[in-house]
Formats: sequence, C-alpha cells, structure tokens
Amino acid sequence: MITTGALTKRYGERVTALSDLTVDFPAGVTGLVGANGAGKSTLIKILLGLLPATSGTASVLDLDVRTEGRAIRELVGYMPEHDCLPPDVTATELVVHLAKMSGLPTTAARERAADTLRHVGLYEERYRAVGGYSTGMRQRVKLAQALVHDPRLVLLDEPTNGLDPAGRDDMLALIRRIGTAFGISVVVTSHLMGELERVCDHVVVIDGGRLMRSAATAEMTGRTEQLTLEVSERSDEVAARLVAAGVSVRPVGSLLELAPVSDETYDLVRDVVADLDAGLVRLARGRHHMLDLFRDGAS
Amino acid sequence: MSSTGGPGGPPAGAIHDIGYRHYAGPRLGLGAIRQSLAVHSLRGNFGLGRTARSKVMPGLLLVIMMLPALVIAAIVALTDADKLPVRYPAYAINLQVVVTVFLAAQSPQSVSRDLRFNVISLYFSRPLTRRAYVDAKLAAMSGAVFVLTALPLLLLFGGAMLAGMPLWSNLRGLGVGLVGAAVLAVVLASIGLTVAAFTPRRGIGVAAIVAALLILAAVAGIVQGIARDQGSRAGAGWAGLMSPYSLVDGVRIWLFGGPSATVAGPPGHAGGPVFALVTLALVAGCYALLLVRYRRVTVS
Repeated sequence: MITTGALTKRYGERVTALSDLTVDFPAGVTGLVGANGAGKSTLIKILLGLLPATSGTASVLDLDVRTEGRAIRELVGYMPEHDCLPPDVTATELVVHLAKMSGLPTTAARERAADTLRHVGLYEERYRAVGGYSTGMRQRVKLAQALVHDPRLVLLDEPTNGLDPAGRDDMLALIRRIGTAFGISVVVTSHLMGELERVCDHVVVIDGGRLMRSAATAEMTGRTEQLTLEVSERSDEVAARLVAAGVSVRPVGSLLELAPVSDETYDLVRDVVADLDAGLVRLARGRHHMLDLFRDGAS
Repeated sequence: MSSTGGPGGPPAGAIHDIGYRHYAGPRLGLGAIRQSLAVHSLRGNFGLGRTARSKVMPGLLLVIMMLPALVIAAIVALTDADKLPVRYPAYAINLQVVVTVFLAAQSPQSVSRDLRFNVISLYFSRPLTRRAYVDAKLAAMSGAVFVLTALPLLLLFGGAMLAGMPLWSNLRGLGVGLVGAAVLAVVLASIGLTVAAFTPRRGIGVAAIVAALLILAAVAGIVQGIARDQGSRAGAGWAGLMSPYSLVDGVRIWLFGGPSATVAGPPGHAGGPVFALVTLALVAGCYALLLVRYRRVTVS
C-alpha cells in the first residue's frame, strides 16, 4: 500500500521531522503511533503529495508521491486532525460538494454522500448545519468526506481526538469496519497507543521522525506478554529473588510486572511467594499495551 | 444533541447492515472539478445553497441594483421617451456603492471562510490544484459581479425597446455596457478576492474592501474635480487611474469611444492604452498574489 525509503524531511537546518524512515504499510488497518511531534502528520502530508520530502522516496498505491500527487489524491481519502468544517452548511451539502471535488458526477455524488453519511452513523442530523454539531458528529462528517469518493486507502489523522470514551469506541469500531467490511485500507494515527491495538492489523511506531518498530499487532503484543504480581508484604525481597532467578521485574507502584511468561515463571512465583510468606494478593496474566512498547522503545 | 445518532444517542454505536457499495462509475478530471467549484461558488455568492440568512445581503443588493433600472425602464416605456436618461456603460458607475458593498460582502464569504475554517485542507487533499481553486473562485466572483451589473442593463434595454427606441443604437449601447460590465467584474473580483484571501477574518475583509474601493473612488473623484477646476483636463483624466471604476470606464472609452461616465476620460492618445495596460497589470498582479497566497497555505 505504502512504501517509504530513507524518507527524510527537514525544516530548515535545525528541525528534522522525519529521519531516514524506511517502512512498508501493508493492506488492512495500520496504526501509525507516536507522540505529538513524532512526525506522523508530516508523513501523511508527504504521502498525499502535499509536502516535498527533503530526501528519500515514498510511494502510495505504487504511485510516486513526488510526481503523481494528484493521482494519489484521487484514490486516497484524508481525514485531517484539525477542525475543517464550515459551520453554515449541512453535512449533506458539504459531503456532496466534496464528492464532486473528488471528481464524482453530481448524481453519483448525491448517492454516495447519502450512503456514506449513513455508514458513519449520521441520520436526520445530516440536514442540519454543521455548526451545531457535537465533536463526535463533526468527526463523523470528517470521516464521511474522506470516504465519499470510495478511496482505496484512507489516511485518518487522530480520528479519536476530543471524543469521550463512548465516542472513541464508536469511532474505533467504525475504523475497523472500514478496513474489513468496506475493504478499504486504513492508516490511522494516534498518540494514544492503547486504543490502536484493538483495531489495527499492523502497527508502525515512530518517534522523533525515526522508525521504532513495525510489526503485526498480534506479534507485537504477543511477544511482550507479562504477569502482574501483587503481594501484601516483602515486595522488595520477592522482586530480588525473582531477578536472581532470571526473571525481568519492573516495579510499577505497588505492583511487579514480570517477563518473560512461561509455565516455569508461574511455578517460580508460587515458590518464592510461599517461601517468603509474602501473601499473594494478585497474579494476573496480561500483555503490554502499546504505551509500554513505545516507552520501552523510546528509552 | 439529537435523539438519534451522535455519541450517546441510541443507534449511534450500532452497526447498521447497509452493506458498503464500491463506486465503479466515472471520475471526472481537473477541468470538471474546477468547473464544479466555480458553479458552486457562483451560487454561493448569491447565498444559494447556504442558509437563509446568507441570501439576505446579496438578494437585497441585487434588488437595489435593479430597482433604478426597473423604474427607468417603466417610465421610458410609459412615456414613450426617445432616449434613456442614463447611458448603459454609466449605470454601474452611478451605482458603484452598491457594487462595492456586494463585492465586500461576498468576497470574504467566498474565500476567507475556506481559510478561516480550514476547509481548504479538504480541498487541497483532493485532486483540485491550488491554481484551479484560484481560477474557479475568480471566475465565480467575476460571474457574480457581472450578473449584478449586467441584469439592470437588460432591464434598461427592455424599457428602451418598449418605448420604441431605435434597436441598433440601443443594441450597441447594451453591447458596450455588457463588455464594460465584464471587464469591471474581472477587475473588481480580482481586487476583492485578493484582499479577502489575505484577511481570514471576515469582518476585516469586508471593511478592507469597502474602505479600499470607496476611498479610492472618493479620492479619484476629488482629485479629478480639483484638476478640472484648475483647468487641467489631462490631470483629471489621469486621476481616473486611481479608482477601478474610472479605470475600467477609461478602457471602455478607449475601445468604443463615447463620453466619460466619470469626471474625465483618459487624456490624449496615450491615455487609453495606459488605462488598458494598468487594468491588465492590476488583474495579473492580483492573480499572482492569489497564487502566492494559496501556495503558502498548508494542509493541516
């Protein structure tokens, strides 16, 4: 879907937004994770052919971003991070107009706009002026305009920004649906790592414009499975004994996070806790969230 | 908040099985997209496809612009007059305040809005190029000003015909008037959109355009008057360069002859071509500024 080779973007001499980024985005739903300022938005603008890279190559759907930007923008939908909706038109009018701006004839634009607005969950309110919409509804309109011309790929920049937890869940479910039921590949950015692992097939982590990781979601979270241990007393001694036995231990508040996880780890924990009479409160199997992956990767 | 949809509304999170359909139909090229944007913007300049409130101002100005022409047409038709009391090319210049207010009200509506609300990001992330956007907006605003200034001329012509005035001289007058209106429309649209594109706040844009055009016209009129009173017809003529209205009128005189609709037309042999060159330079300059302005716009 997307391939970059040693892609670098510098603003002036001092600011490096992307540094030697070589990565492939496969078809399906791909998360692009990074803190604010990690270079996500810069990457998206380069991929849309709107921002020239300083050096390196990038192609989207086998089209070169330097020379075939317009062809790319015909086949790709883009949902900007920031607010971009005029307040005094209805969602229907806006989306119909933007469908035409993507080259759809009038009749097709009307049909597609109506369908797309329903798909994103806007019903009667689509006949009201956008100015009166809630954040959740505005995000849906932004998503609808990115989908209305039936792109082969959509780039969604921070689509869950500003949403409450329920709205976040809805949006993530919708994104998953775009990737599966609609058959449109998705690149979705977020600085909230946790939420992406629920909907993405693949995750690319960047920090400071550099590639930290790129892997299938299952592989990435599976590899980092861990145990969370809580004991009522002598936590330090338990930790020391586990470390001595070759287990990696990370104290998180009153909890201990243990890795790697195997049958022997359980036996070891049982023996150590019983031995020290530490009082087992909790032993839970969990997995790293992407937040941890990112924290590890960045440090 | 509505009871349906939206976060918190009952069916919002539900998955509605209306099966996604892919689009296999035609995708039009840049030319068609630009044309579509121009038509959309032209309609928008008259408030069509917008809220009822945005129709009030352009509608009112159109009525004000047509009213004198309607009255004149009715009177000449009823009295069987043998001559129109106003010359076709002079009509828009006599009513230039209305034209200026229209331009000032609608130019920011046309471009500042897209910049201010960042709608421009949605445009430029599509096949539409920046130049095509500028072209479409200019065409639309020129079209709107032309409609505003040309419709009254058709009313005047209708009145003249009902009064039994000679067809050919009126047809020629109408033709010259329409050409003048077209040139004026392009000049005013270029100025209006350029000012508006550099003032994303709508109120400031409106004020800047009104101020620029009215002050320029007033200064041009005053200087022309003083020069004439001092006995310098040439000076009065040159002063006409200062206001777009007298500028375009000068081009019209150079092309088609006839008396000036302002204090004085372009002086001597050099006057006409200079007025034409200044007009061209003004339009080209504004166009270049607009392209620079939109090249600088970043999609965010």
